[in-house]
Amino acid sequence: MQRRSFARFTLATAALVVAGAFAATPASARDTVKIAFIGPLTGGVSVNGIGGRNSTDLAVRLRNADPKSKYRYELVSLDDECKPNVGVQVATKAASDNSIIAGVTHYCSAVAMGTVDVYHKFGMPVIVWGAVLPEITYGNNHKEIHRVNGTMVNQNEVAAKFMTSQGYRKWAIIHDTTDYGKGHNKYFSEYLTKSGGQILGTFGVTADQQDFTSELTKIKELKPEVIFFGGLTPLGVRIRTQMDKLGVKAQFEGTSGIKSDAFAEGLGKDLAEGSLSFIEGAPWEKLPGGLVFTGKYAQQKYAEAPEAYGPFAFAAANMILDAIEKVGPNRKKVRDELNNAKNVDTIIGKVTFDDHRQNIVPLITKYVVQDGKWVVWEDSEYGKGKRKLMGR
Amino acid sequence: MDLGLLGQYLLNGLMLGMIYAMVAVGFTLFFGVLDVIKFSHGDVLMVGTFAGLATYLGLESVGIDSPWLQLLLVVLVSVSAMAVLGALIAKFLILPLKDAPPLNTLLATLMLGSVLRESVRLFYPNGSNPKPFPRLLPTDEWSLGTLTLRVDNLILLAAGVAAIVGVHLLITRTKLGLAIRAVAQDGETARIMGINFEWIVLLTFGLGSGLAALAGVMNGLYYNETNFGIGLLLGVIGFSAAILGGLGNVYGAILGGFIFAGLQTLGSVALPAVLPSVPSAYKDVFAFTAVIVIMAWKPTGLIAEKSSERV
Repeated sequence: MQRRSFARFTLATAALVVAGAFAATPASARDTVKIAFIGPLTGGVSVNGIGGRNSTDLAVRLRNADPKSKYRYELVSLDDECKPNVGVQVATKAASDNSIIAGVTHYCSAVAMGTVDVYHKFGMPVIVWGAVLPEITYGNNHKEIHRVNGTMVNQNEVAAKFMTSQGYRKWAIIHDTTDYGKGHNKYFSEYLTKSGGQILGTFGVTADQQDFTSELTKIKELKPEVIFFGGLTPLGVRIRTQMDKLGVKAQFEGTSGIKSDAFAEGLGKDLAEGSLSFIEGAPWEKLPGGLVFTGKYAQQKYAEAPEAYGPFAFAAANMILDAIEKVGPNRKKVRDELNNAKNVDTIIGKVTFDDHRQNIVPLITKYVVQDGKWVVWEDSEYGKGKRKLMGR
Repeated sequence: MDLGLLGQYLLNGLMLGMIYAMVAVGFTLFFGVLDVIKFSHGDVLMVGTFAGLATYLGLESVGIDSPWLQLLLVVLVSVSAMAVLGALIAKFLILPLKDAPPLNTLLATLMLGSVLRESVRLFYPNGSNPKPFPRLLPTDEWSLGTLTLRVDNLILLAAGVAAIVGVHLLITRTKLGLAIRAVAQDGETARIMGINFEWIVLLTFGLGSGLAALAGVMNGLYYNETNFGIGLLLGVIGFSAAILGGLGNVYGAILGGFIFAGLQTLGSVALPAVLPSVPSAYKDVFAFTAVIVIMAWKPTGLIAEKSSERV
């Protein structure tokens, strides 16, 4: 008799516990849906990768906190190390996992180029959030590949026109010999010659090169007014440092690849001063949605900044989440939904995908380092004429 | 090309050559005493750089901010720590393999190199990212026409010369050097003569590794940056330089280091000038190809061992 009452007591307790668990977490009623983030989380450009990861994570957290959302989202973050071989491995890992519906993928162009076929093969829709090589979207016709950020074609056109309008005429070009650096060299050279600039010398360097003294000595001999650098932050820091050591007096002009806080921090305030960078999209700090983004980002207390492409990753993640909310967690349906995106409001402005699923970004923003911070050109003391670029 | 620019190329090449030579001397010392090739040498250099960097960060955090004191301590800690590490590697990895085929030592040290590299990458905070190396030397500069002379570069060059001359004097003028040379010439006979064989081997490995650590700190001060991967290429270049000069010969190693730097500089300047479609990124390809050609011409190196005297 005693034993029976004990059993009854246990049963009742168990029932209470189970009921309590349900009451405490009503969210578990929602199905869990996975999306992937892939970017460089270690290595020289990891600051940008981590900024993108945090921004994607922010989009997922905000959506999970939204009581109206139909699913509970889980973010799978993978590290491509900015290396194509590693990128293909992790892309295959994500794409072959059918529980992952879509991905926010790649900062490095060489990696994005290497992985497009993987996503196509496995039918996983992705939105590229940072890589700028045109061929990523225009070099194939894979319906899975979308891109929210613009291509390097637009940024180099603006860069060439802007710099010639500043009165510069003579350039030396250093670029890394990956697809990314070569692309920058190609498009910048093309637009520069059209705008009346002259290229005195072009130097292809390896993406992990340490010593640039002989290239820079050669450049010193050529006496350019501007050194254009097509490559990423770590090399940019080295080149700018060694320019100073060799006494090369020229304006330093980079691409979107050096627009990171790590560039200014790595060089220190004095050396970084006056360096230029060009990046697609409106200055998001000024868009109303951009302020919401920075506010929410700050609330989550991430240890790292979102960096230049964080807002693009955030926008990409939100487009994916919206699509899943609308058509359900199905790769094909999500892909078709994303394919048809037109005038979608995001924090980087309106997103419209063209026939190659490339967002048409009309605007390029110019940045200059002022007192150790990247400042929008028009707002900077340089833009207002209080400070001068080198040689002006 | 004017003289100033020529001087600039020369300075760049000298600086590179100095670092290569310091690495190559290590390879040649190890080969001299034990006939082994220690492939983890470049990674010991890298660990030395990180030890120096960590020392600097430690000093900053306790508030010691005089650059000269910092520099002194950075060099001291880095060099002595790597000397100990080098001796430990000799004691526990290389000496036990003394009677095994040389290939075993080569493979074992190659793997040790990977272990050191990955350890820094994984265990140093944010180890896979490039680290800014502090600017501890004065940065005053003089411009002579197109030549820019910087105090920090001159100090580094002088330090390199002093280190190499120091090692040379140690080997040729001291009792310890005599013992090292004796062991290099014939380990068995040296033992019979009352030389503590094991101690001399450990000291030699400590010496070579300490020199590598100094080269690593100089490398960091020169580029103001370091990363966990620098040892790999520096190791291969240092080894090629030692082979080029004649493995086992200190002068050969120094010569080899400067020749390799000269080839790289020549490659990056001359290649694009002669063949405009070849970017200067091919300078390493050019330099290594030239080394292969020289080795085919002089298989024992430029300064071949005349007798069995190796150091």
